[in-house]
Amino acid sequence: MTRYFTKDHEWIAVEGDEATVGITDYAQGQLGDITFVEVPGVGAEVGKGDAASVVDSVKAASDVYAPVSGTVTVVNDALEDQPELVNTDPEGEGWLWKMTLSDTAELDSLMDEASYQSFISGL
Amino acid sequence: MSDTYNNSEGANVDIDGDELIGTLTLPLDSWHRARDGRVVEFAGYWMPVQYNGEGGGIIAEHLWTRTSAGFFDVSHMGQLYISGEGVEAALEAVLPIDLSTLPVGGVRYSLLLNETGGILDDLMVTRWGTGFYLVVNGATKWDDIGTLREALPDNVTLNHLDDTALFALQGPMAAEALEPLVTGEQPLSALTFMRGAAFKLGGIDAWISRSGYTGEDGFEISVPGENAAELADLICAQPQVRPIGLGARDSLRLEAGLPLYGHDMNEDVDPVSADLLFGINKRRRSEGGFPGCDVILPLIASGAPTRRVGLLIDGRMAAREGAKVLNGDVEVGTVTSGGFSPSLERPIAMAFVASELAVSGTSLSIDVRGRKLAATVAPMPFVPHRYHRKGAA
Repeated sequence: MTRYFTKDHEWIAVEGDEATVGITDYAQGQLGDITFVEVPGVGAEVGKGDAASVVDSVKAASDVYAPVSGTVTVVNDALEDQPELVNTDPEGEGWLWKMTLSDTAELDSLMDEASYQSFISGL
Repeated sequence: MSDTYNNSEGANVDIDGDELIGTLTLPLDSWHRARDGRVVEFAGYWMPVQYNGEGGGIIAEHLWTRTSAGFFDVSHMGQLYISGEGVEAALEAVLPIDLSTLPVGGVRYSLLLNETGGILDDLMVTRWGTGFYLVVNGATKWDDIGTLREALPDNVTLNHLDDTALFALQGPMAAEALEPLVTGEQPLSALTFMRGAAFKLGGIDAWISRSGYTGEDGFEISVPGENAAELADLICAQPQVRPIGLGARDSLRLEAGLPLYGHDMNEDVDPVSADLLFGINKRRRSEGGFPGCDVILPLIASGAPTRRVGLLIDGRMAAREGAKVLNGDVEVGTVTSGGFSPSLERPIAMAFVASELAVSGTSLSIDVRGRKLAATVAPMPFVPHRYHRKGAA
């Protein structure tokens, strides 16, 4: 499984043409206490860069963008009762949705973990 | 993920958005940074929105204030001292306040109004022995000073106490935390809600009033800027006290039903719609003689077409400032403040709605990004006030 990152602070963990998407630890730290997560509908077709989900914190609502194009297959139902999972375990239990990828070549434009760490250290 | 935190409010910018004088620092700037405060630009100053680390975060800070005591640095607010011959009549010509019933040490809420009845600012007025001490909003203080200087006669002087810091200590344990640190002609416990007096805090001169912006019992504490850091350390060394950022200050005041200038009121909003008539004292309602009275007094008699109300929202998705309020499919108002209530664990909001719908229990909805959230008009405060009122136990 390979994990990629976007400059908008999403992560995507890819295995073949299946992937899991969430927001990074840096992102949850910036947002603060998360109170509600609106996940996409199962079966939704998302394009790379589309606003696919909304993360609501005490202070503001933020769009989460699809890192690549594809179809949503599963959403994290646990977030309905425990949105704080995105704070406590953003890159694990706090995942947002799973999807099949329509164009794995889109992954080439994303950052690997080392590049992302270097990117956020410059913010 | 989009970058949504709007922290440029009241920044020192010109009409093109170019920064003019840069973001200013307050006496506790390095104190907040040393305590791992997350510092953002607010009202032209660097201010902590929350603190990182254990006990930090908006929800934890909010709940700490509701159960113990929170320390807030609000030194961005404008502290003014107005004095001189005829100051009382001069202030009454500018503000709709009745100073004849305000004793020495008394604190009262008032409004700075324009000639069309719009609200330029809301403020607190305290009678000191020789003049009046005003606390005005940070983002509006420069305009307020201009408005007041123009309106006040030459023999009345306005001093901007800009070398003075302002703290708030709020929460059910605020009194027990502060009491051992102060000495004065009267004990701190002698102060009741909306009364203030001079004390020594850690040996330093401090003006302390029993007032605040959270709905809790608590104090607002004015101290010399040069002593601010040592006094903040002194107060925060008390086991009941933790520092609290602006984020929780906003969620606390929203739960308390207290409006925020620039959001729930502005120069296009009148005090009748904003439900702030308590800022216009009784004698002034009959006598007039304040800016905007020709508009406001008839409006008090007739009622305003819209009114500020509280809304309890179903579900967990918050409605924010600017969201439209609907009655069926008809737009009937706009949200002016909204967010998740940490105490009630549900979203709440303030909105201006058509007056005929401003009745508790009315079912409405709010359009949030195309989704209709069910909302019910609710009495405010959302969380009961716990002020230490005169005569109360």
